[in-house]
Amino acid sequence: MNAPARDMRGSAAGPVLSARDLHTWFELRQWGFLRVGSVRAVDGVNFDLQAGESVAFVGESGCGKSSLARTLLGLHQPTRGEVVFEGRPLGMLNSAERKAYLARVGFVQQDPYGALPPFMDVRRILHEPLIVHGVRNRAEREQRAQEALEEVRLSPAADFLSKFPHMLSGGQQQRVVIARALILRPKLIIADEPVSMLDASVRVEILQLLRSIQREHGLTLAFITHDLSTVRHFAERIFVMYAGRIVEQAEVNELLNHPQHPYTQALLAAISDPDPDNARHQREVPPGEPPSLLKPPDGCRFHPRCNRMIAGTCDRQDPPDFEPRTGHMTACWLYR
Amino acid sequence: MRPLLEGLRRIGRYPSALVGLAIILALVGTAVFTVVTIPYGQALELWRGGETWRMHPVNARPAWVDRIAGNNLPQTIIVSSDDAPITEEPFVGGKRLRIPLEFDFDYGGFPSELNLFLTSSHAEREPFVRLTWETPDGRQLNLGGRRPAREERVSISQDWELERRLGRVPHVGLFAAPGDDGPPEVLDGRYRLVLDAITFEEDARIGADLVVYGRVHGLAGTDHQRRDLMVALLWGIPVALAFGLIAAVGTTVTTLVIAAAGVWYGGWVDAVIQRLTEVNIILPMLPILVMVGTLYSTSIWVMLGVVIALGIFSAGIKMYRAMLLPIRESPYIEAARAYGAGNARIILRYMIPRILPVLIPTFVTLIPTFVFLEASLALLGLGDPVLPTWGKVMNDAQTQSALYHGFYYWVLSPAALLMLTGLGFAMLGFALDRIFNPRLRTM
Repeated sequence: MNAPARDMRGSAAGPVLSARDLHTWFELRQWGFLRVGSVRAVDGVNFDLQAGESVAFVGESGCGKSSLARTLLGLHQPTRGEVVFEGRPLGMLNSAERKAYLARVGFVQQDPYGALPPFMDVRRILHEPLIVHGVRNRAEREQRAQEALEEVRLSPAADFLSKFPHMLSGGQQQRVVIARALILRPKLIIADEPVSMLDASVRVEILQLLRSIQREHGLTLAFITHDLSTVRHFAERIFVMYAGRIVEQAEVNELLNHPQHPYTQALLAAISDPDPDNARHQREVPPGEPPSLLKPPDGCRFHPRCNRMIAGTCDRQDPPDFEPRTGHMTACWLYR
Repeated sequence: MRPLLEGLRRIGRYPSALVGLAIILALVGTAVFTVVTIPYGQALELWRGGETWRMHPVNARPAWVDRIAGNNLPQTIIVSSDDAPITEEPFVGGKRLRIPLEFDFDYGGFPSELNLFLTSSHAEREPFVRLTWETPDGRQLNLGGRRPAREERVSISQDWELERRLGRVPHVGLFAAPGDDGPPEVLDGRYRLVLDAITFEEDARIGADLVVYGRVHGLAGTDHQRRDLMVALLWGIPVALAFGLIAAVGTTVTTLVIAAAGVWYGGWVDAVIQRLTEVNIILPMLPILVMVGTLYSTSIWVMLGVVIALGIFSAGIKMYRAMLLPIRESPYIEAARAYGAGNARIILRYMIPRILPVLIPTFVTLIPTFVFLEASLALLGLGDPVLPTWGKVMNDAQTQSALYHGFYYWVLSPAALLMLTGLGFAMLGFALDRIFNPRLRTM
């Protein structure tokens, strides 16, 4: 399946990044050699990210969204399928091209303190990617480090360059992480729950910062989050993931206002909006837990928890993608 | 690396660290001084022994210990004919010489030995020298005549004839006050050995050095080969520090890099490293070193190489592995991979620096263990054959039964230096441990 070609910026160059039937399985071994099964963290994912758009991957913990991010970054080798960057599958790149690819993709992690080497000062942290990518001129590195700090609104940059991570607040640390992701001037930024470890007070700031940087540079931004409530403001498209698969995707308002998949509906219902209507609603919280990725259920992965399960179909056959509304795809037998 | 410097700056707060640092700096300073004043080649030359030391006493104790104890044992006195008022009477075909060698002797003990070194520059016919000993109280003893070769050592102490005449060994009998009964007493005053010589060539010359060997010598005393122990004690410092430091750096760095590589690559690399380590841990190091020393070479550099080689897959690998395993999974390493850092960079720049501060104290306390190891090898007779080291001194002392003969200084001085070295590094190391290890929690 391909995402509908809804290119907001009119880029004719095609998608920046695509996943084609992407599988990332982790083999479990006993005594070091006996295969006893695989954890199917990413299990058949397809999507296209267009230049300059901001998308969100949403799902519960353990649905494979972080593994997906790491597979996109080349930190995990896909078991099957491929990641295509600007028309070239990653698997076909030689090591120099692969390194060049890593310079085009920035990575923002969840835990800002853990993401910064504690024994390096900010200057060194920002110089490192440049050194790795062969910027030998120290003055140039310094210049770019300062620009990157200004970009993430850490100014005056000179004050921060000589600081160590433990001297910075969580928000400042995350800004340094973002500066590091930006310093190689990437086309795509993958942010894995960039604000979940931060104080509520700085979350919005960081998200707005990411959003404004993305708009300014025309970057593609892929958010990974479990927080549907903030997604609305910072993403244009949403992919809902469940048990290693994308179960629903649509433009943000379309998806939030007209959720199709029972899982998405349940997720949305679980958001605690300060809405007096809530008192009158019976919440549909799905019972049970996300399925084991070691032995996912047959058929639709969600069917054991689904209150609209069609016996004989949902528990037998994998649902393909249906398009119940224009530009709104969902993998659910209800829309057959 | 700035947290490292920060930590080092905090040393000032620990008096024990300052004391340890002072000891280490003093040792390093002395080592530098030694190497500058007694160059390597000269040290080896001196330690080889032989003629260089002929004017030093055998087994003399340190002078300062004797003075502190309130004794007044003699120091070595050397009287040279160069300073003596020589009278010459030439005659046809030769000359008559009178060389008086005078010295004051007012010590609370007898000399340990008495030697006369004669040099004669003659073409064919040897001169004739008659020796006369004059005591402060005016007695004259005929010590007989000699026909010296070009270089001759007249061992007055071992003149059995003289010994029989005096009734005592000559270096006691010649200095004793008259009186037959009781233990001999030193007669203080000016002694004179007069050489009456006749040369049978007009331009022949005679030189003489009278050596009255003392019973105390210098700061460290001498050994059975007349060598000044100071040479070995001083040269022992740079040797010990270099051995300890190189061995500690060599083993720590290789162990660290191998442990980090094992952790980073995992899989069979890690498995091979771990199995090698496990085998190596149970191999006893000392017997292997003894074997190498016995069968191959006792050169200190060969030993150093073997020590480092055996130290590579040491227990440290297990410790470092345990520390590095969680670091391998840390997000900053993942971030580094995500911007394309290579394996070597991740191991050397991202994993190792993280545990370096914790290793500094271990490293510092590791140095003296290698110093001790080198001393132990030398004590077992596997010391470097040419280098003067503390262990060699103790080995000599042991083979010469130093303690049985009461030459305690021979054993104590190298042992004290070894302990001082250990103390210095231990005090610094323990303080560094206190400085760096609380950081374990924050890092």
